[in-house]
Amino acid sequence: MSEILRRILALLSGDAQADRAVPPTGFTARLTVLTAGAMAFLAVFALALSLATGRLADRWSAELAQTSTLRISAPQEQMAAQTQAALTVLQTTPGVAQARPLTADEQRALLAPWFGPDLPVETLPIPQLIEIIEDGAGYDATGLRARLQAEVPGAVLDDHTRWREPLVEAASRLRLLGFVSMMLIAGATAAMITLAANAALSANAQVIRVMRLVGAQDIYIARAFVRRFTLRAFLGAGAGMGAGLLAVLLLPSTDAAGGFLTGLGFQGWHWLLPLTIPVLAAIVAFVATRQAALRTLKEQS
Amino acid sequence: MIELDNVAYNYGGAELFSGLNLALAPGSFHFLTGPSGAGKTTLLKLCYGELIATAGQVRLFGQDARGLGRDAVAQTRRRIGVVHQNCEFLDHLPVAENIALPLTVSGRAATPEDLRDLLGWVGLTGQAEQVPPELSGGERQRAALARAVIMSPEVILADEPTGNVDWEMSQRLLSLLVELNKMGKTVLIATHDLALIRAAKAQVSARVLRLADRKLQLAGASL
Repeated sequence: MSEILRRILALLSGDAQADRAVPPTGFTARLTVLTAGAMAFLAVFALALSLATGRLADRWSAELAQTSTLRISAPQEQMAAQTQAALTVLQTTPGVAQARPLTADEQRALLAPWFGPDLPVETLPIPQLIEIIEDGAGYDATGLRARLQAEVPGAVLDDHTRWREPLVEAASRLRLLGFVSMMLIAGATAAMITLAANAALSANAQVIRVMRLVGAQDIYIARAFVRRFTLRAFLGAGAGMGAGLLAVLLLPSTDAAGGFLTGLGFQGWHWLLPLTIPVLAAIVAFVATRQAALRTLKEQS
Repeated sequence: MIELDNVAYNYGGAELFSGLNLALAPGSFHFLTGPSGAGKTTLLKLCYGELIATAGQVRLFGQDARGLGRDAVAQTRRRIGVVHQNCEFLDHLPVAENIALPLTVSGRAATPEDLRDLLGWVGLTGQAEQVPPELSGGERQRAALARAVIMSPEVILADEPTGNVDWEMSQRLLSLLVELNKMGKTVLIATHDLALIRAAKAQVSARVLRLADRKLQLAGASL
């Protein structure tokens, strides 16, 4: 890797005379800049997706792992007694840091998305929910269920495992998808730049012939093309990254209600990560063009 | 310097020439003549490593051309100045930069004074900033000659250097090549212009070789 970086730095410091040997215009220049720009724009979103899903996975995993719910279904006249009995059990259960019954307002808020805001929960046979917050070690769910079954027959413990695992799994898959997308973007960029480099080499057959005639070595000829394509990819990717960051900035901001969908952005030092995209694009262009140039020059000799 | 030992070359399955022997000694002056299609350009290309002989051995400065890698061929070409028949240039660069190109690709830079002297020597001072498509045939030939000699090569190979120019310009180009030979350069000119050869023999001791019927022979004294 350091060898590649050394070559790239030498390349960027450049040989102005060698650079002038290749005509500066042509559709390959526009194609390279446009491709690098478009791919960098997509890469910003792939990176944002990957990081956001990573955060989601971590958050869901942490939040859901620390909380659980006890649902008490009982006749209305027994509800208060069973709730109190359940609280007593929970308060004496190791690993339970806090347990509290949800208020009528909190239960109404939970049901509001389905039944509307004015649901008379006090008069409906709705189960009482108790929120359980675990301490660091957590509690023994099997033991707690056994105690509840004996002392509070209408209680059902939901430790969220059933739906926590698929959510975390889904978020992890999305994160993987983001990385795969970035790999595909890098591969597609390399392929497009290789095509553009091959077209440029074919279009400049006379330039290559003349340079060979006067004693230019393959690496010298290749360097003139490689430098140009590397810089074009860097600049194009820089512009694409800028546009991508702007688009991410313009996304709706995260809030508690829409946290699932609007968290597709960067947080903290992650805003710096897109800055690596132009550099990576330049590395991809350098490797792709160099291989294409040396292969073509070998074939033409 | 450049030696061809029992060399044959096949083109498209047909034998262009065979059993060909040639030695270009330092400071020698040779003409290579013969009918069109006899293989003069091919022979020159063998002499600067552009082509590899089908059989026999070509030695460039003592090294078997067949064993040279592409980089080694490039290095060898810096010791051989070539004036091509069709004088190809980098059309987007000014004449001065085209002439300096052999130095550029070898990592050196021509001093403005040297470049000015060279342009003056070939009579292109006024065309230094023009691009090659703006030059006349004679100017292109002289620019090609200047480019061929800027590295001070040991050998000059010229392929029909007077093919596209009038008699006066031919004489001028010939004078430049004779002048180079007198400076110790080895010169080989492929041409079918017999008048040019006769004019040269009045100025320099030149051997005239004739490539015809797939063989290379010393031409008769009538030339």
